[in-house]
Amino acid sequence: MTPPRHPVKPATGTDSLLVLIPAYNEEGAIASVVSEVHRYVPGAPVLVIDDCSRDGTSFCARSAGADVLALPHHLGLGGAVQAGYKLAFELGYEYVIRVDGDGQHPAADIPRILEKLKSSDYEMVIGSRFLEANGWRSSFARKMGQSFFRAVLRPILGQSVHDPTSGFVGVNRRALQVFASSFPLEYPEIEALVVLQRRRFRFIEIPCKMRPRTTGRSTITAVKSFYYIIHVLLGVFVNVLKWDRRPRPSQAPGSRIDSVHNTGRDMRHS
Amino acid sequence: MERLLNVTTVVAIVLLLLVLFSIRRAHIRVEYSVGWLGTAVGLIVLSRMPSVMRFAARHVGLGDDPPLALFLTAAAVFLMMFYRYSIIVSHLRDDNIALAQRVAILEFHIQHLRQRVPE
Repeated sequence: MTPPRHPVKPATGTDSLLVLIPAYNEEGAIASVVSEVHRYVPGAPVLVIDDCSRDGTSFCARSAGADVLALPHHLGLGGAVQAGYKLAFELGYEYVIRVDGDGQHPAADIPRILEKLKSSDYEMVIGSRFLEANGWRSSFARKMGQSFFRAVLRPILGQSVHDPTSGFVGVNRRALQVFASSFPLEYPEIEALVVLQRRRFRFIEIPCKMRPRTTGRSTITAVKSFYYIIHVLLGVFVNVLKWDRRPRPSQAPGSRIDSVHNTGRDMRHS
Repeated sequence: MERLLNVTTVVAIVLLLLVLFSIRRAHIRVEYSVGWLGTAVGLIVLSRMPSVMRFAARHVGLGDDPPLALFLTAAAVFLMMFYRYSIIVSHLRDDNIALAQRVAILEFHIQHLRQRVPE
């Protein structure tokens, strides 16, 4: 059966959505990820950003009905995602939702993220593993890392973030414009929060039930963890220390990170 | 002391020749070789003029120790060069990423234009 195909072309309308899937050596999972997105978000164009994979990621993605943005050499996650953001911004898309290519993010949650983006003024919606007890299991080291970054980010963002390393995020066109010109290139998720916060944009988390990866390997190995922490901390503080004449977040109305639960009720933290 | 200065002279001459050879083989662009050539020539000159280094050593509180003053000077120069080249490499990497992204986006557009043009 021929897979559904919705080509990535210049967007029309005010609620155009593009689903971005950055992928590196994900030939084992990418086809099912693309198919799942087509199933839960029918009609939405899917763009796989192939970060110069050495396997058949591009072929599998195209076979499943996605368009592929093939990078000429390996840029890393941030560079790949930003390439997708740049293309989406140039083509005029209003909303972009990023899904990882390893199959951890359930496409069934994309409509909820999109709905939240459309129905609110939040520039960014984050699919969170930890907002509600959903059976997600992390290693002890990862739990410690998450707790550490939550503690570091809380005073900087003025609000706790439950899942700062989640790659399951949706952005509207205002955030897209920022990310197209300024996006962290390595380990981007945490720094991206600070980048948006510096522009007084608003974020919200919604609970998502994520799956363990079934193929491939995580880019964050035990050996890289220490480097990861140092790198992210440096990136966060460099962004914080950038001189900005605009009012501080505490002086700006509505500049907090909020959370929303499955009930749809906003949980605004003071 | 004299032997240490002689060793410095030899090392600086080797550095000078290595950089010149690399320029000739186009391994280093001329604009990035100036710092290395200047440092090598400076080391040669200073290592052959112990009186200058002795004068400098006395004035910065190193006593009568020209080799130490020479090595500290060289270390400072090399640190500044490493810092400068770190900045250059960082800029080049940023440019490289932006170019790679642009190439990918342009290729994407070209492929879609080709698909729209009838054979």
